[in-house]
Amino acid sequence: MTPSAIASVKTKPAGTGAGPGGAPGRRGPGTVTALRGLAGLAGLVAVLEALPHTGVVSADYLPPASEIGRTLWHLLAENAFWTALADTLTGWGLGLAIAVVAGVVAGVVIGSVPVLRAVTASTIEFLRPIPSVALIPVAVLLYGTDLESTLLLVVYASFWQVLVQVLAGTQDVDPVADDTARSYQLGRWGRVRYVLWPTALPYVMTGVRLASAVALVLAITAELVIGSPGLGHEIAVAQNSGAVSRVYALVLVTGLLGVAINLVARAVERRALHWHQSLRREG
Amino acid sequence: MTVLTAGRRILLLLGMPAVLFAVWWFATADSTDVYFPPLSTILRKFGEVWAGDRLTADILPSLLRLTAGYLLAVAVGVGLGLVVGMSRVVRDVLEPVLELFRAVPPPVLVPVIMLFAGIGDTMKILVIVSGCVWPILLNTVEGVRAVDEVLSDTCRSYGITGPSRLWHLVLRSASPQIVTGMRQSLSIGIILMVISEMFAASNGLGFTIVQFQRTFAIPEMWSGVLLLGLLGFVLSLLFRFAENRALAWYHGLRRAQRDT
Amino acid sequence: MLDVRNLQKTYTGRNRTVEALRSLSFHIDANELVCLVGPSGCGKTTLLKCMAGLLAPTGGEVMLDGRPVSGPPPGMAVVFQEYGRSLFAWMNVRDNVALPLRRKKLGKAREKELVDHALEVVGLADAHHAYPWQLSGGMQQRVAIARAVAYEPKVLLMDEPFAAVDAQTRADLEDLIRRLWRELGVTVLFVTHDIDEAVYLGQRTIILSKSPTVVQEDLTIDLPDERDQLHTRSSARFGELRAHVYEQIQRAKHHSGDTEASVPSAAGAATATPHL
Repeated sequence: MTPSAIASVKTKPAGTGAGPGGAPGRRGPGTVTALRGLAGLAGLVAVLEALPHTGVVSADYLPPASEIGRTLWHLLAENAFWTALADTLTGWGLGLAIAVVAGVVAGVVIGSVPVLRAVTASTIEFLRPIPSVALIPVAVLLYGTDLESTLLLVVYASFWQVLVQVLAGTQDVDPVADDTARSYQLGRWGRVRYVLWPTALPYVMTGVRLASAVALVLAITAELVIGSPGLGHEIAVAQNSGAVSRVYALVLVTGLLGVAINLVARAVERRALHWHQSLRREG
Repeated sequence: MTVLTAGRRILLLLGMPAVLFAVWWFATADSTDVYFPPLSTILRKFGEVWAGDRLTADILPSLLRLTAGYLLAVAVGVGLGLVVGMSRVVRDVLEPVLELFRAVPPPVLVPVIMLFAGIGDTMKILVIVSGCVWPILLNTVEGVRAVDEVLSDTCRSYGITGPSRLWHLVLRSASPQIVTGMRQSLSIGIILMVISEMFAASNGLGFTIVQFQRTFAIPEMWSGVLLLGLLGFVLSLLFRFAENRALAWYHGLRRAQRDT
Repeated sequence: MLDVRNLQKTYTGRNRTVEALRSLSFHIDANELVCLVGPSGCGKTTLLKCMAGLLAPTGGEVMLDGRPVSGPPPGMAVVFQEYGRSLFAWMNVRDNVALPLRRKKLGKAREKELVDHALEVVGLADAHHAYPWQLSGGMQQRVAIARAVAYEPKVLLMDEPFAAVDAQTRADLEDLIRRLWRELGVTVLFVTHDIDEAVYLGQRTIILSKSPTVVQEDLTIDLPDERDQLHTRSSARFGELRAHVYEQIQRAKHHSGDTEASVPSAAGAATATPHL
């Protein structure tokens, strides 16, 4: 590519390709994007408000957005809501932490010992796709509606996300770097510390980000289906008592929680890797 | 030598699973713990429970609902993804909304969709669609967005436009991302298939396994857990087989890029 | 045939504007082979994209057969430098060449004939069913050339097509372009940054200034029509022309639309005949 072509890419409004210029709002495309996004969200609220009023959808099934908003407001004043949120976050955080530690340790050990990697490959390929919900009856049997039930599901599902990424990371080690470390008499631990770990770190962060999303899904699933305390359980209760707008308000909270977790995880990933040239693409 | 390498490969492939199986088998062989019955009992029940009527009464309906929901999600996700991905404005407007929808844990949609669609097959299929559609949609958007500029110019200069461009350029070059989304959606689909049946159903795998657990038919329950695990494994195997065929060009390209 | 009149292109960015093309005018006759050369960053690619109808100029116009170019015109084919990115990785060689022909609805037999012939002339008769990424860089660029040949264009625009292939392959491909040009009777505009290539290939070489770009010199290459890598390149005349172009490029690095007023030195004029 000639420098002129590079310059042209830089100066072109992003995303419009080689088309003629004239995209509106050249000044500050970031602001324009944000405004459009806000318009989209406002549009969603408007549609949700209008649908039940026009009678296209019965308000018994879909209360207007204003009512959902009001319910959410009341919800925020309830102690029970905050307890449930804390329960969900506990199950999520604890499960995620266990899964990350176990996944990183197992990944580094398996990844740095070729024999172990070869022996465990088929087992990992077999266990990984097993749906975590298959463990629901086992969890109920063993732990009833306690926190442990949630943890079992969360840890099982998140563990594989981390492990697979860590294994991919250890496979990415530059053989030249490894040989260099060997020639300088670095022991196995030294090589793990100075060669393998820095290489695998970006993958670990990706694994943590993926696992944090999966962990939330499984925490809420466990609460919803098994009845362990948390937001999921609150949704089940609201549904059984016919509190429709409460169901929607709680669903909205879980969605916002998911968005928040994604944003934080992405920010952490970016911060941890700011020295790394490129964020790796997830597999 | 080749016999040795083949032997080695088989040992590596089956060695660890065989050891784990043996550990489970012998550890529970004389088990009197009701929660952990002997593996031999579970396997005997497996044949009894799932080979007979339940094959058509439970397994088949579950799989049909999964197939219907999954295929619908693929159609909707790819279709919408093309529309969103090809227009900057549409993308900007919808991105936060889509991020919100994607972040909602799919199982909480079960109670919501039950309000609209009752507890029949429609509800279960809708649940699967509404959970599976997001990864496919968002990955399609990413793929469409990343269409190579040079290739796009090439198409324009040769007059390859409209549906021909859509098929030969946009869809094909986005296909690796679309497949990534479909892979994520498959595991979500299986989860939702089971959960929607646990909530309210009269047949299906999720329903039956929960029934076993509630009636303390423990070996039967374990056999159901095994079956679900097997199902997840087989479906991911089938998926990978299909992917290797459909994306042979992509894997070849990646290998070629790695080698240089 | 191909007329570029007062072509201007200014990119408007967020905080700055970049004037890439100040004002360019030149003319290419039918069946001519013209090379376009200039210092790095002189807007060659921008010019070519404007001519191909892929980029709208800020001012001036490009005329093809008397009609202004406002989008990619039929009868024009472009070969890009990035061969790896201009081929469909999911199609084999044959389908890559055949795809642009589908729209022409020529009938199966004629389509097959064109594809077979195009692959034959670029020396890829054995590679029909290979995928592009299974081929070397030079072979991939041959596929892109075959695609252009099969399309039967009146005008062929080439944007530094050999900048990313090794020297030996490059020599082969240069001779291939000369041969195709003579056999097919097509008008070729060949953009390059390589001075030897600019002299060896064309009947004329247009030398561009640095950005903001104007035409610095329009030079007729008075080498015999029969050219080959060994004899042509070692001839005295080739050496003179090469030295002249080199000198002009060196000067072009300091000369642009902004310094237009300064009088260009006539040092090279003694050995070269400026066109027009």
